[in-house]
Amino acid sequence: MKDNTRAKAFFAIPYISWLAVFVIVPIALLVYQSLTNAQGNLTLANFHEFITSDVYLPMAFNSVFYALIITAITFVISFPAAYVLSRLKHRQLWLMLIILPTWINVLLKTYAFLGLLSKSGLINQLFATLGFGTHNLLFNHVSFIFVAVYLELPFMLLPIYNSINEIDPDILKASRDLGAKPVNTLTQLVFPLSINGIKSGIQAVFIPSLSLFMLTTLIGGNKVMTLGSAIELHFIVTQNWHMGSTIAIVLIFAMAVTMYFTRERGKRK
Amino acid sequence: MKKIVPFVSMMIVVLVVLVLGQNWLAQINKPPIKAANTNQVLNIYNWGDYIDPALLAKFTKETGYQVNYDTFDSNQALETKVKQGGTHYDVIFPSEYLVSKMTQEGLLAKLDYSKIHGFDNLSKHLLNQKYDPHNEHSLPYFWGTTGIMYNDQVFHASQLDSWGKLWNPIFKDQLLLIDGPREMLQPAMQALGYSLNTENQAEIKQIFNKFVALGPNIRGIVTDEKKQLMINGDANISVTYNGDAQVVIDANPHVKFLIPKEGGPIWTDNMAIPKNANNKKAAYAFINFMLNPKNAAQNAEYVAYSSPNQAALKYLPKSITHNPVLYPPMSELKNAQHYNNQPLRYFNEYNEVYLEAKTKVSLDGGLK
Repeated sequence: MKDNTRAKAFFAIPYISWLAVFVIVPIALLVYQSLTNAQGNLTLANFHEFITSDVYLPMAFNSVFYALIITAITFVISFPAAYVLSRLKHRQLWLMLIILPTWINVLLKTYAFLGLLSKSGLINQLFATLGFGTHNLLFNHVSFIFVAVYLELPFMLLPIYNSINEIDPDILKASRDLGAKPVNTLTQLVFPLSINGIKSGIQAVFIPSLSLFMLTTLIGGNKVMTLGSAIELHFIVTQNWHMGSTIAIVLIFAMAVTMYFTRERGKRK
Repeated sequence: MKKIVPFVSMMIVVLVVLVLGQNWLAQINKPPIKAANTNQVLNIYNWGDYIDPALLAKFTKETGYQVNYDTFDSNQALETKVKQGGTHYDVIFPSEYLVSKMTQEGLLAKLDYSKIHGFDNLSKHLLNQKYDPHNEHSLPYFWGTTGIMYNDQVFHASQLDSWGKLWNPIFKDQLLLIDGPREMLQPAMQALGYSLNTENQAEIKQIFNKFVALGPNIRGIVTDEKKQLMINGDANISVTYNGDAQVVIDANPHVKFLIPKEGGPIWTDNMAIPKNANNKKAAYAFINFMLNPKNAAQNAEYVAYSSPNQAALKYLPKSITHNPVLYPPMSELKNAQHYNNQPLRYFNEYNEVYLEAKTKVSLDGGLK
């Protein structure tokens, strides 16, 4: 018994040191920075400015708004896709095709979109051939959301697919045998039984979407500002680490709220 | 346990092989620097791709100093690295405002003019500026100005001969701006006729409002992407550095560059010696080498920015020196202003205005 606890403690060392060095210390530093000013005095002024200035609060709402849209669109695509995938014969292959793009660096994919969406890019060439003329596809809100959805899609689809896949096929058969329409099976069986996958999908998409910053510059042409881009600017350009940390703390808080509302309720089994 | 031991030992073996292999590759690719003592080594810290590599070889051949050449990609990176003090560079290349900031912070050595030969080769209009009075700490290395490039199939020069004309509604959703606190606000400052170094609160507030009013015309606030966008015809009008404009013009002859009548800001990148330099003798040797007109000309031909070395111009092809994009006539520069450093307080204030203005424009744009 004693040996067992000792072994446990021993194996916990990597995890605990990781936690300390890369989670606890950085968050403590963020909190410290957010509560001090350039002179190093303790103050709540940064948070006061966040709430009162006419920049940060609207920016925060804006970020949440974009993140919600991105999450909603990825869900609308992912749920039916995951359902269909789980019915297919070679599902591992189809799933692989969706996972494959995540092996490519995000920055590379974003640059690829710069080319695709440009005036001489493939999409505009297609438009022109079909007689719609060419359009400015880069540097607007739609292109930003489109590329963000593309990048986040696999992270919504995978957890939903996994939880749909776990559903016992006999339950679905039973529902059909008992005369339920496919729509009812979907809404009353598949959806509730895959709710945990949906929740983790939402977590995996909504939270990163709140702080997208590279896309706002490359695809949004800096005409889309999120809390993430504000943090980047404060740390790199304006070098106001205190305000940057304050925004980061607000973001962590927003993430905690999201986690709370999408937590797994009621243990199965 | 039986399986984990071979697994872990396998990982260790792979790691060891990788490390050894990497060392071996490094060995065969890079002959060790012969210089036995540090007196024969010169450490340079410069912007990426900002010197003709052939000149470094020539320098070593002429003077015997081995060159260690490192590069950075932003003034912030340069400042941080020199400030930390872990490295000892002998020659660095800060932009004008950083010269002044680093001088205030006591990071730059005062230049000893008895050791410098060729100072008279430099263009007078770039010397003795406020960021470094009497060039006590720095000498210009390259310079440039900011103007507007446009596609002449879409717009005409007369629509752009003043900075204020950028606010014309005909440019709705067309304009590319340079991403950076001063660079982004500069058109608004010039349209209002204010100094590029203003510290007046009321003026800064007006600059903010003026910039926000430009919002509907802004297509994007970008850095290097604007070159490709202009070349492809994806964008038709962009505020830009003249050196970047030349790159675009070379690739797309329909793009033209002009400096509005109020003039544009002048920037310089400068040679300076940090206080903690290891080998000041080598640093002076290098500065003198670069002040040599023939070397400066060779460098300007490679880098394709404007050389501050007046004496070098005669060694450059006429196609370069007569190019009004790279060497604008003095008449166009008479109104030009240099960026100066400001007290830290104003530096931060500009940054705040920059961030707020950027956000305001993005929020005003809304979701269409």
